Amino acid sequence: MSSFQARQGSLKIVDAAKVAARGALFVTEARLRSMLKWVWLIISIAIANPVLYLISIGLGLGSYIDQNAGSAGIDGVSYLTFLAPALLATAAIQGAMDESVFPTLEGFKWNKTFFSMNATPLSGNHIAMGVFFNSLIRTVFTAVLYWLVMLAFGVLESPRAYLAIFTAVMAGAAFGALMQALAGLLENENMFFTIVERFIIMPLFLFSGTFYPLSSMPIFLQWIGWISPLWHATELGRWLTYGSEISTSMLFVHFIFLNSILAVGLFASRRIFTRRLGK
Amino acid sequence: MSESLIRARGLTKKFDDFTAVNGIDFDVLKGESFGLLGPNGAGKSTAMRMIGATSQRTSGELTILGKDPEQFGPQIRAHLGVVPQQDNLDTQLSVTENLYIYGRYFGLSRKFLKGKIEELLAFAQLEEKRSAKVESLSGGMKRRLTIARALVSEPEILMLDEPTTGLDPQARHILWDRLFRLKEDGVTLLITTHFMDEAEQLCDRLVVMDKGSIMAEGSPAQLIKDYSTKEVLEVRFGSERNAGMANDLGQLCERIEELPDRILMYTEDGEELLERVYKKGFHPKTSLVRRSSLEDVFLRLTGRTLVD
Repeated sequence: MSSFQARQGSLKIVDAAKVAARGALFVTEARLRSMLKWVWLIISIAIANPVLYLISIGLGLGSYIDQNAGSAGIDGVSYLTFLAPALLATAAIQGAMDESVFPTLEGFKWNKTFFSMNATPLSGNHIAMGVFFNSLIRTVFTAVLYWLVMLAFGVLESPRAYLAIFTAVMAGAAFGALMQALAGLLENENMFFTIVERFIIMPLFLFSGTFYPLSSMPIFLQWIGWISPLWHATELGRWLTYGSEISTSMLFVHFIFLNSILAVGLFASRRIFTRRLGK
Repeated sequence: MSESLIRARGLTKKFDDFTAVNGIDFDVLKGESFGLLGPNGAGKSTAMRMIGATSQRTSGELTILGKDPEQFGPQIRAHLGVVPQQDNLDTQLSVTENLYIYGRYFGLSRKFLKGKIEELLAFAQLEEKRSAKVESLSGGMKRRLTIARALVSEPEILMLDEPTTGLDPQARHILWDRLFRLKEDGVTLLITTHFMDEAEQLCDRLVVMDKGSIMAEGSPAQLIKDYSTKEVLEVRFGSERNAGMANDLGQLCERIEELPDRILMYTEDGEELLERVYKKGFHPKTSLVRRSSLEDVFLRLTGRTLVD
């Protein structure tokens, strides 16, 4: 008995033009399936992260800081209100990285699944964009849940506070795309975890005006904030959630910076993925 | 004459100053099963990656389904089924999901895939494992799944890189049986292997490769006829004495090959030769008469064994 009596052949059933147009979505669909295997973990992290951080640092450390800051508070608001937009952007960045860095290392190195994708009509561009789109889904999900927890904590004072979700997602997308390119570049994943995590990501988190205004840092350390997507998103988030003072030109700077990083990250990811697969 | 699906002329691939594939010529015809036989490092996998339209050639000509992979990579890949040397399944997903997502990469509809997946599960004898995670499958099952996955798009050409390496004999035979069926269905097969029995079983025609070059081309039977004798007598005298015997034994037959553990004597009639060996007063510790194989062809062409 033959299993292929009804065989029509790929010349009939496969449409390469369709894959060329929608390939990135097919990769997104596959990545989404993998991600959903961890859906409960992802939901737990997305809820526990804001709750724990906002209680421990925001309320705990915050009440101590608020007592000493006097009636003006930090930037005119309570410490929790000041801190929350920064943590929102941090969470969005973390979520984006989880879904861009790990799948990239897995695809090139651990399981080599990118090479099996590339044996189909899919190209490196499709794979890079598919991974990115899926990380964007995770980023939006993380940011929305974080924002809802912030709402419950009562730190959203401005009517346009919901827009902070978008600026946080922008930071996540920018940083995720850049790290995706970097992960695609590294032949050795240990490099990523030992060097990139410790010497790039940690300092950016600590020196991006997250826990205190960037202006209170010595001037020779402020540049770290300037190159950090986190600081730019935090500044936008503070303006959106409680109306911190900011000039129109700075709004543009933050917005353009984040989108420039995103463009560079995506461009580099596509190039790096295509080159590595074609070796 | 049958249509040529793959055509290579002077196909070359260099990595810096190392030449992995060195100017090879061959044609693969529609419906045939074509093999690249050679030891590890012969350039087979590199050749496969160029034919698979993922790795660009350094020089020479290559057309697959009438198209140049340098310009039409995705359009060519749309009609290939690729089974790489190492299974690169998505280990986090189930058996069914692996088939499904791979079908989606070819832009196939969900409706088509629903039926196709059932057919492939039956083909690969994985119906009972349909919901199992790939991690939990045995080596043979993973290999069958990788082959089933490559068939999801009903490819014109199925490319298998070392399809049975690492499998036990039983799993190999199941796989060979599946590949025979595909051939019967008119699928063109391109196979690399360093197992001569596999090449003899599966290939209508093959090229013997060594160090990036093609040493010989033909059907397994023709190659054996051209480069070896009908039978081989293998004799062992014990490791320290083998070397000393070669000269004397060489006079008794057409050709002789000295291996570290045994001496191979090439002849049309092995039993008759063995009698003459005894008559001359030589008493090997063990002796074995067998038919010539592609292993002997390779030995003749390169002076080395396929699997060392």
